[in-house]
Amino acid sequence: MEFLVASAIGFLTASGIYLVLRLRTFPVIMGTSLLTYAVNVFLFASGGLTVGGPPILTDALLYTDPLPQALVLTAIVISFGMTAVVVMIALGAYLGGDDDHVDDPLIDPPTDVPPDVPSDLPTDLRPEDAQ
Amino acid sequence: MMHWIILPIVLPAFLAPFLILAARHHINIQRVISVAGMVVLLAISAGLAIQASDGAVTLYQLSDWAAPFGIVLVADRLSTLMVLLTVLLSLPVLLYAIGSGWDARGRHFHPLFQFQIMGIMGAFLTGDLFNLFVFFEVLLIASYGLMIHSGGTVRLRAGTQYVLFNLLGSTLFLFALGAIYAETGTLNMADLAQRVQLIGADATAGIRVAAVLLLMVFAIKAAVVPLHFWLPSSYAEAPAPVAALFAIMTKVGAYAIIRVYTLIFPPELEAVTGLHGWWLLPAALLSLAVGMIGVLAARRLDRLVAFAVIGSMGMVMVSISLFTPAGIAAALYYIIHSTLAAGALFLITDLVRSGRASLEFSAQPPIAGASLTAALFFVVAIALVGLPPLSGFVGKLLILNAAYDTPQVVWIWAIVLGTSLISLIGFSRAGSVLFWKARSVPPEPEATPAARPPALCFVAVGGLVALLVAHTVFAGPMTGYTAAIAQQLFAPDRYVSTVLDTPGKLSDSSDEAH
Repeated sequence: MEFLVASAIGFLTASGIYLVLRLRTFPVIMGTSLLTYAVNVFLFASGGLTVGGPPILTDALLYTDPLPQALVLTAIVISFGMTAVVVMIALGAYLGGDDDHVDDPLIDPPTDVPPDVPSDLPTDLRPEDAQ
Repeated sequence: MMHWIILPIVLPAFLAPFLILAARHHINIQRVISVAGMVVLLAISAGLAIQASDGAVTLYQLSDWAAPFGIVLVADRLSTLMVLLTVLLSLPVLLYAIGSGWDARGRHFHPLFQFQIMGIMGAFLTGDLFNLFVFFEVLLIASYGLMIHSGGTVRLRAGTQYVLFNLLGSTLFLFALGAIYAETGTLNMADLAQRVQLIGADATAGIRVAAVLLLMVFAIKAAVVPLHFWLPSSYAEAPAPVAALFAIMTKVGAYAIIRVYTLIFPPELEAVTGLHGWWLLPAALLSLAVGMIGVLAARRLDRLVAFAVIGSMGMVMVSISLFTPAGIAAALYYIIHSTLAAGALFLITDLVRSGRASLEFSAQPPIAGASLTAALFFVVAIALVGLPPLSGFVGKLLILNAAYDTPQVVWIWAIVLGTSLISLIGFSRAGSVLFWKARSVPPEPEATPAARPPALCFVAVGGLVALLVAHTVFAGPMTGYTAAIAQQLFAPDRYVSTVLDTPGKLSDSSDEAH
């Protein structure tokens, strides 16, 4: 079972990283979801893998560490909420800009320059030139 | 038990929902409540700082559970100083947001601001690593909302990058926490400090991985090159008061590195040998260089300030990575200086923006209130570049002095002094293009001159500048105090014993009583 869990975590992480490097919002969000699944299973396994043990100390020798389960619960809630937030923000950016790349555009987007200001204003305008 | 340690977390946590529930339609009521809450918070954090100034370590056990089982808050010199610094920054920033009307350009600015403060305070005060993760998330969630405040496509796009990068950082944090828990079986910092020492020399593989992962997480937060890519766009596109508040967020990463790598993984620990000197120091020097070259290369003022933040974080991390008491003390002095200076500079950027068509470095007609804005820019630029007489100069002297006895002194001195010159050129160019060349451009005859920014804006920026001046004038007591903090950090026995030996529910003594 250790091999199964470990390889599942590894496979999820590898797929997640591959998707994160795709630079379009949808694959990147899918990638972060896979990464959060991987980390949830990893956290779950961090207390040791036990089958059929109660998550509480009893007289029996076999028990499951309950703390990782609480940690996983917190991690799931937070990552789920974060993914929802990023979907909303990415949707806003896509609808506003008609572009779903997550990297910076190559040329700086024009800042709010009003059309009547010539953009090719000489930058080396010297004070004495104007007088 | 002293309940007011938790007040810096609880007060904003209650104010924020109250603002949404009771005052969401009345911006003026929101403003009054928000500022009043911040003033109360200032009094509380000043009280906490005074209480901790004699070296006392105060513990707060939530629900009275004893330390390794329950979550604890710990107020020592370092945490209370950072809490006080947060309030000292956020009060002028809040006043600026009100004065400039930024808080009315979108919804729920004040509740998000309070949640942000809550997360930062919690991150500084907690004594539990998983709780630190939770408070990181609280401050991040609030910062996502603040970052895209008042919307716009460019801002949303920068916001997507920012959220995705931090989502990856959080995932990495969870991997680090899982590894630490698997190796030690605890996440309480004081308990970890003891258990990590007990790991045998032949079984350190797991804890080494955990230490490196954790350092990477905090380096992302502190924007250390090459993990800095989230910062320039998001800080440049965020609303100015939000960017000014974010000046403390990179310091949360620096704080976490100082805390974890003096308490849990102290430099003399065999498992982390070389982590600071071989990995953190070159990365820090690189961030210093990249940041200051970015200052020179920036074509817009907001990008320039963002790269100045990266550079000053590099300076802080150079000093931290020495991991000597003198280095940590110098880093703390510089953290205070760089937080206040970067916050003021982001606000000044907004003052410039309000009177210009764009923030590009091109000659445009002078802005309204140019002389005052230019004077403020001049003062803060001097501070940030590190010229005498302001606190940047003192801070750099302290860092250079702390690095003097180390083997890497040549590298550190060369890069610190070289980048200072580069940033000096960058800031001089920015200031002269923005304020002096403006005189060469005749204002358009039919254009209505932009209104001068409200006086409250100048009061807010002036307040930050006054704090910078005070930080310089009282440099003697301040360096004495940061040295005391470093001394406390390098003798963590009192911290550990306070956390672990205070009785509570489930502690050993109460077990025997049953």
